[in-house]
Formats: sequence, C-alpha cells, structure tokens
Amino acid sequence: MHPAFSVIFLTTLIGTGQGFFLALYTEQVYSVVELLPPQPASFYTLGSAIALAFLIAGLIASFFHLGHPERAWRSAARWRTSWLSREVIVLPALMGAVAAYGLVHYYEWDLNIIGIKTSAHGDLSLVVGAGGTALAFLLFLCTGMIYACIKFLQEWASWLTVFNYTLFGLASGFLLATAYAAYRAPALMYFYGGWTVVATAVVLATRVGSLIRNRRFKHKSTIQTAIGVRHARIVQKSQGFMGGSFNTRDFFHGVAPWLFRWIKWIFLVLVFPVPMALLFAGMIDRSVTLITSAFVIQYLGLLVERWFFFAQANHPQNLYYQTIS
Amino acid sequence: MTQLALVIDLNVCVGCHACVTSCKEWNTSGAAGYLSDDRPYGQDPTGTFFNRVQTFEVGEFPNTDTVHFPKSCLHCEDPPCVPVCPTGASYKRPEDGIVLVDYDKCIGCKYCAWACPYGVREIDEHQKVMKKCTLCVDRIYDMSVPESERKPACVLACPTNARLFGDVHDPESAVSIAISENGGYALMPEWGTKPANHYLPRRKTRIKIHADELVRADNPLKKEGVLPKPDVKEPSLDDATSW
Repeated sequence: MHPAFSVIFLTTLIGTGQGFFLALYTEQVYSVVELLPPQPASFYTLGSAIALAFLIAGLIASFFHLGHPERAWRSAARWRTSWLSREVIVLPALMGAVAAYGLVHYYEWDLNIIGIKTSAHGDLSLVVGAGGTALAFLLFLCTGMIYACIKFLQEWASWLTVFNYTLFGLASGFLLATAYAAYRAPALMYFYGGWTVVATAVVLATRVGSLIRNRRFKHKSTIQTAIGVRHARIVQKSQGFMGGSFNTRDFFHGVAPWLFRWIKWIFLVLVFPVPMALLFAGMIDRSVTLITSAFVIQYLGLLVERWFFFAQANHPQNLYYQTIS
Repeated sequence: MTQLALVIDLNVCVGCHACVTSCKEWNTSGAAGYLSDDRPYGQDPTGTFFNRVQTFEVGEFPNTDTVHFPKSCLHCEDPPCVPVCPTGASYKRPEDGIVLVDYDKCIGCKYCAWACPYGVREIDEHQKVMKKCTLCVDRIYDMSVPESERKPACVLACPTNARLFGDVHDPESAVSIAISENGGYALMPEWGTKPANHYLPRRKTRIKIHADELVRADNPLKKEGVLPKPDVKEPSLDDATSW
C-alpha cells in the first residue's frame, strides 16, 4: 500500500491523545485509593487540554485524506457494518468526554450538583473519566479493526494489529505524561515512567511478533488464482496501459527494497531503545527537556513505524499490475 | 432474484481493447459526468477507466499461451467493498445485483478500494469520488434504445463476442449455460466474495487418433496402395467395390 500521511498523522496523534488521557485518569483513580498523591484540578484541566489538542490535530489530519471533506458528516451512517464509521462516531465522543473531564475538574464539580453525596473527592470526574476510558479503548479497537478487518490484506488481518495500535498509543501517551509530570508534578514521574517502560516493552514484543508473522505467512492469492489459469509459470506482459493509474499509484509504496528494509530498522531504533535511554537519563536528572525529547523522538519513530505498517501490506490487486507493457 | 453479470470468454478474446475504449466513450458521456482523462496524448497519460485488458504469458517459450484478460468490477454477490463504506455510498442493488457508487454520498476516503481484492475501483482525480463499472446501468434499462442494444457498451463493442451479458441466477440464461457447459470460473475464490462475473477458460480442440485408425481394418493383405479396380465393363457400386 502507498502510505498516506494524513492517516499516519491521524493514527499516531489520536493514539498519543488517547494514551495521555488514560494516563491522567489512571493517576486520578490511584490518588482516590491513596496510592499516589492527589493533584490539583489544574493538573487535570491542563492535561485534558493537551489530550484534546492531540485528538483535534488527529481529526484535522484525517480530513486531508478525504476527497470531499465537506461530506465527512455522512460517514457516521454505516456504523452497523463499517469500522471506519464506528471510528468516526467514537472519536468525537471521546473528544467530548475529554473536554467534559477537563471542565468538571476546572469547575470542581462533583456529584453533589445532581444531589448525590459520596465520600470520594472529585467523584463526578471519576464517572466522566470512566466513560472516557471506555471510549478511549473503544477507539483503539475501531482504529485497529479498520485495518485488521480486511482479510485479504494478510499483513494487517491479525489481532496483533489491534494490540499494536493500542500499545503504541499507550506507550506514547504515557511517555508524554512522564514529561508532563516532570514539568508539573515530579512525584508522578516514576509512576508514569515505569508504565511507559512496561507499555514499550510489551509493544516491542507484539510488534516484533507481527514482523515475524509477516515474514512467515504465505499469501493466499497468487497470479494463478488472480486470473484463474493453473500453470506454474505465468508472466504478465501488459497491464493494459503505459501511464499511471490509481491502481499503480495507491497500492505501491515505490521505495527501493534496500531502503524499505532500512526503514524497519529506523523505526525499531527510534521507537524503542533511543527514547527509553533518554527516559532513563531524564528520570535520573529530573530533566523535562530529556524526557520531552524522548517523547518527540519516539513520536517521529511512530511516524516511521506507521509508514512501514502501510507500506508492508501487499494488496492482492498488485498481482494485476506487475508489468507496464 | 436477478444477478446481472458478464461472462468473459478468454478462449476468444483477442486483446483488441475495443471494450476498453467503448466503455470509456459511453461512461464519459453520460449523465453521471465525465471520467477523468489527463494528458491522453502527453508524456504521462492517466485517467479513470472501468475496464482494462491485460495480457499474460502462460508457459515457457516455445510452449507459451498468450492470455488476454479483460478486468472490470465483478459485481460480487458478497462484495467486500460495500460493508466497509462509512457513508453507504457504495451499495449493491437488490433488484439486479449491480454494485454501484452513489457519487453524491461518496466522501472519497478510498477505503472501499482497499477492501476490493481485484483493484477495480478507482478514485476520479478531479471529481474526488470512487468510480467503478456500472454494467452500463444507464443503458441496459433505457427504453429509447433498441432492445438488442440494451447491453453494456463493452459487450456491444466486442468483435469476437467474447463478452456475454445476462442474469447468472437464471439457469436457462445464455450466460448460465455458458458457465456450466464451458467450465466458467470466478477470480480469487479464496476470499469468498462470490464474483458474479465469470471467466471461460482457454479451450483446445484436439482430435484423438488411435493407432489402429491409421491402417484400414478391411485390408487383409496389409498392402496400402492403389486398390485393384474392377473392369470398366463390369457393374460397380463405386470406385472400390464391384459386384
């Protein structure tokens, strides 16, 4: 497939936004049961604004993918069958939940305003945040399933795709949260940093797992099934036209094989060892700059990772477009 | 239930591209608007086509077979492009099984093109909507054209009659009979899309001559040559036999 930058930015930006929101809510839940020190409302309000900014940036990026962005509202129609349609519904819903979560903290509302008294501090935000958490995980599922549900794109059609989208989002969101904590609440830095390492380690395993899987499986479609002729040696002599077409532009990544192989190693280095080293150095020095640079480098790595994810998928239609003439 | 479809006979397709040009001509002139055609005589021509003829070489020289392979939307009975469409612009008509795109609803997200294993959907680079073969839906029901011409443009253009058009759900139709009697098959059956369009394979006509057919059984002396003829005065049945 030809990677589209709009989709690369969409999936990486909303993944970070979702992960960052989950990091905020996790901290609040831990502080309610007194495992972590409570934070002032401004910590959550500013945090929600940052998460919302990532989600909005992702949404804006997605519009560049559309031929008719003015009709984008129509895409909520087929949620019964289409994971893309489900994503279109869940993303604004999550944005609403994150905005509400920030506002509830900003105004310090609690369930008292509807006449329910509880002993927990910030109980309304816990309820809103629980809804946001469910939506954030649902959005990871929708995003992953958009790719995993196309059964003949065998590189994508696996539960690993959904896992990788979720875990990359969590890793990048928690890493951003570590930088945020280093800046606003140093007491939380090790908590977030620890979970960043856990998420990054798990996604290293699942992403390498998917790389190994993609190396090993056999494509079900062959030139024989594509044209229905049973012979061991079939060579295309003409694809029917000499110029380019949508079929030759949108389904081939167009990068030289040696560079393609390098890109895999570039993302593996940028996403895993480099940010982890910077994170450790940053946590030892309590340096906001180092942890922020860890996040930026991992985000750049995720852009490369997403490019590779798209480029590696070999669409069966390519069997029909092997030779110009 | 009706399922209109094409049956393409690879045995007689000569790869002349007449179906490609007539398809483009008909579909760029219709009420649905033009099909993009950029730099048609320039250095890097590109455009939207519903139908293409490709060429494959089967076997190794000198034992090769050249297969010309026309490819357009197969109007799958279980089309993977339809459920993925977020807007419902891509749909399959229940009355005749044609898979169509509503150009006014399409947002141009290209997800349906990803979900089609055959690569028969193309984004129109100027109108920014997904386009594909309509089986000339604006022609086959048009009462103003003679009944014999209510067929897709590609079918009418084919000089060797390699393209048949009809209802593949009607067991009596010419297309159903062609499929069942000539070994019609579907493309990429492994994905369960159940394409309505079928292809008829290359067929070789051979006569089998057994060794005993090379010598005459009624030749007891096993001598081949000019047969003894009866005298011209004698009555004869033909050149070889006499009373």
